[in-house]
Amino acid sequence: MLNEKNVFGSPLPRIDGPLKVTGTAPYAAEYHDPGMLFGHAFYATVASGRIASIDTSKAEAYPGVVKVYTHKNRPALASSDDAWKDEVALPGHPFRPLENDRILYDGQPIALVIAETFEAARDAADLIRVDYAADAPHTDIEVEQAKSYVPPEPRKEDFLPTDPRGDAEAAYDAAPFKIDAEYVQEGEHHNPMELFGTSVIRSEDGTLTVYDKTQGSQNSHDLVCGVFGLKPEQVRVVNAYVGGAFGSGLRPKHQLIFAVMASLDLKRSVRVEMSRREMFYLTWRPATVQRMQVAADADGRLMSVRHHAVQATSLYEDYQENVVNWSGLTYKCDNVRLSYELAKTTMSTPGDMRAPGAATGFLALESAIDELAYEVGMDPLELRGKNFVTYDQNDDLQLTSKALDLCYREGAERFGWDKRSHEPGSMRDGQDLVGWGVATGVWEATLSPAEAKVRLFPDGKITVSAAASDIGTGTYTILAQIAAQNLGQTIDRVSVLIGDSSLPKTAVEGGSWTAASSGSAVQAGCLEIKKTLLSLAQKMDNSPLKGAAVEDLAIRDNRLVLDRNDQLGLAIADILGSNEMSSVEGHGKVEPDQEQAKKYISYTHSAVFVEVRIDAELGVPRVTRVVSAIAAGKIINPKTARSQILGGVVMGLGMALHEEGMIDHRTGRIMNHNLAEYHVPAHADIHDIDVIFVEEEDDKASPIGVKGLGEIGIVGVGAAVANAIFHATGTRHRHFPITIDKIMEGLPGQ
Amino acid sequence: MDIATAHAQPKTRVALTINGHRHDLEIHPWVTLLDLLRGPSLQLSGTKKGCDHGQCGACTVLIDGERINSCLKLAVTLDGTNVTTIEGLGTPDDMHPVQKAFVEHDAYQCGYCTPGQVCSAVALLREGHGRSREEIREMMSGNLCRCGAYTNIADAIQDVMDQEVKVGMREAAE
Repeated sequence: MLNEKNVFGSPLPRIDGPLKVTGTAPYAAEYHDPGMLFGHAFYATVASGRIASIDTSKAEAYPGVVKVYTHKNRPALASSDDAWKDEVALPGHPFRPLENDRILYDGQPIALVIAETFEAARDAADLIRVDYAADAPHTDIEVEQAKSYVPPEPRKEDFLPTDPRGDAEAAYDAAPFKIDAEYVQEGEHHNPMELFGTSVIRSEDGTLTVYDKTQGSQNSHDLVCGVFGLKPEQVRVVNAYVGGAFGSGLRPKHQLIFAVMASLDLKRSVRVEMSRREMFYLTWRPATVQRMQVAADADGRLMSVRHHAVQATSLYEDYQENVVNWSGLTYKCDNVRLSYELAKTTMSTPGDMRAPGAATGFLALESAIDELAYEVGMDPLELRGKNFVTYDQNDDLQLTSKALDLCYREGAERFGWDKRSHEPGSMRDGQDLVGWGVATGVWEATLSPAEAKVRLFPDGKITVSAAASDIGTGTYTILAQIAAQNLGQTIDRVSVLIGDSSLPKTAVEGGSWTAASSGSAVQAGCLEIKKTLLSLAQKMDNSPLKGAAVEDLAIRDNRLVLDRNDQLGLAIADILGSNEMSSVEGHGKVEPDQEQAKKYISYTHSAVFVEVRIDAELGVPRVTRVVSAIAAGKIINPKTARSQILGGVVMGLGMALHEEGMIDHRTGRIMNHNLAEYHVPAHADIHDIDVIFVEEEDDKASPIGVKGLGEIGIVGVGAAVANAIFHATGTRHRHFPITIDKIMEGLPGQ
Repeated sequence: MDIATAHAQPKTRVALTINGHRHDLEIHPWVTLLDLLRGPSLQLSGTKKGCDHGQCGACTVLIDGERINSCLKLAVTLDGTNVTTIEGLGTPDDMHPVQKAFVEHDAYQCGYCTPGQVCSAVALLREGHGRSREEIREMMSGNLCRCGAYTNIADAIQDVMDQEVKVGMREAAE
């Protein structure tokens, strides 16, 4: 007999694994149609100004070219901001490709070549000639912050800096130990491995099946309908497999608009795929300047926290993140003042990138806390423990759970923190300067509205369907596990259909909410099935389940039985057969509990420990050990959950040491728009990473007890590395990424 | 030669053996092996395009057993060669040992760099390299994984390596 515990919480391999490792899982740019056309975009080479003239004649004459689109001949599309605002749009005016002659950022697409082959489109685009009336670029956050402003329209109420409490200035002045420091972070680029691409397959009746790289098929679907004036049933968007996104696919990208536009105009199937270079012009984690003023008493208790952040945004939208509010809730402190402003730049609008806001905010907060610990003369982990807080002081709300203390304890034990010597530079090992650093991480655990349909067949087969996405997160597998668990089956009996706009409504995949939301919707669907089966069973003659309540039931061996006595029950095939049904469906829906939200708030927590070894002469840093201890409620699949944390840690190491969009501020252009010069961590950069999931019971964060894992792994990693580098070298680095040149300058004896 | 004249030239005849099947193809000289594989005629899209510049390794295939970035090879230069793509290593129902190890160790997330990682790992093992963790890391560094599955990929490769060593020892003993 099946033990239900074998499904939930079991480290099962992914059900989509065999397709992925054999190259048979299809991604957006891999759908074919006879006679398909291929598009290639041409992009601006100035950061600001206007197109004075554009000559496409040579491109149009290139063999195989079908049409070249520019702002002069673009088909009419919707003009209102509302039509262009997608599900997660920002305050401002959404970008519309080829709308007019205005250049808003380096790399803006200003023409689209459509040709019979990919090569013809690509090569013809090189023949387009443009004269610009260029304006001065504004891309340096450290300069532009002089003109910073409070965003007039908040992106979300939650993102507004929380109200000041106590008297942060007076407490700071009165405190014996204090830190006042500025932290600068360069912009980062998501760079998922899959290039943004869209294949539009046109049927004979003119309806479109759109294979799009996106984190939300319904978001792309609705935008296409709005922009092109199409009826919902004329378009279906599919994103069955998504080759990474990390937030870059939350908002639909211009290749979707281009592919649909050309398909409708030319009445052909069309594919538009970006080049790697274009991937640097889409969206980015914004460059940020943060000032931290923190103070403590002689016991290491926080007396005052002030955190001010200025982030880059574009000329046309006010992108905003929650950068500073974390500083008011991570530690106990009664005197807090937080503020947040934007600065306009001639760059594309920034966008959410793994733990948006938190990854940035904790870089400053957790560096400053470490600095403060050294100012006080206290172990940095001890100081963090001293300021442990059990409720959310920002909102005066209770926490649904917080096992951060276990993260500190179990993480420190696994890492061997007690063997650390406090003084910087005191742990040298031969040629290596060794440093150990720690940081705390927090991310919000939220539930977004979600629906799912579950269907159970008499032989125990199950289908689950929802418009959810799996961007590498393991959604396919955990939804199968939840359905199997709730309907008493093994996971191999479950088929999961996701990544299709025609399936039950689901929000974009982001913010770490998919497992909690879609997972709970699947559970709700399973409960519906049990209810339906019970009511059918109770109508049957001599039913052994008469008087039973749905909470008393389980499904075992394809029978609906009493949980406490499974001799009593009925075969599902008999229940369905007696009602002439071939299957039973449950439609699950979940949404956030507004009543609960008045009293409780939910976060995931982490403690990350890092060992850095730095070559004493060359300054080359190696992160040789990482222990990431995570408190995130129930873990459905420890294998895929661990991978989420590993991925977050690796991206955090990139943030700390390697990744920056290098802009020539004289021209406002990104100079390292390729994977050779924008360094994402490679195999050689990544040594041992240990992940711990601490025990954390939570019956409020979501109906299935899950909090979400996509973001928390990256939060705090950058600061932990910086703190370890300080411990190794005695030099505090406050400008990220901390590249070798910076480390060399700060080496002892330099 | 101007562009129109170049296009008017006859295409070049090339014979490639791809995953054991001979293909007689007529192709323009500017078509890369990657675009040929992924294009409408062959539709072998298991080989991935991640950068088109030889910087990410997603397009790694085996040519006569040696791993190369297929985006950096013009297809017309490969007449008479044997090309093995991810589709030629195994199928979902009959996976190569490296593919099985990738599934077991969760050595992927989004799956997009995975075919390139698998091809690279198969070649690494054939080269007789990857004897230590450091060597695996160093010699797999041409294959980027933005999801950050690196430690699991190294675990998977090491697992296959250990199994091969065991088999080798058993055979030597017999």
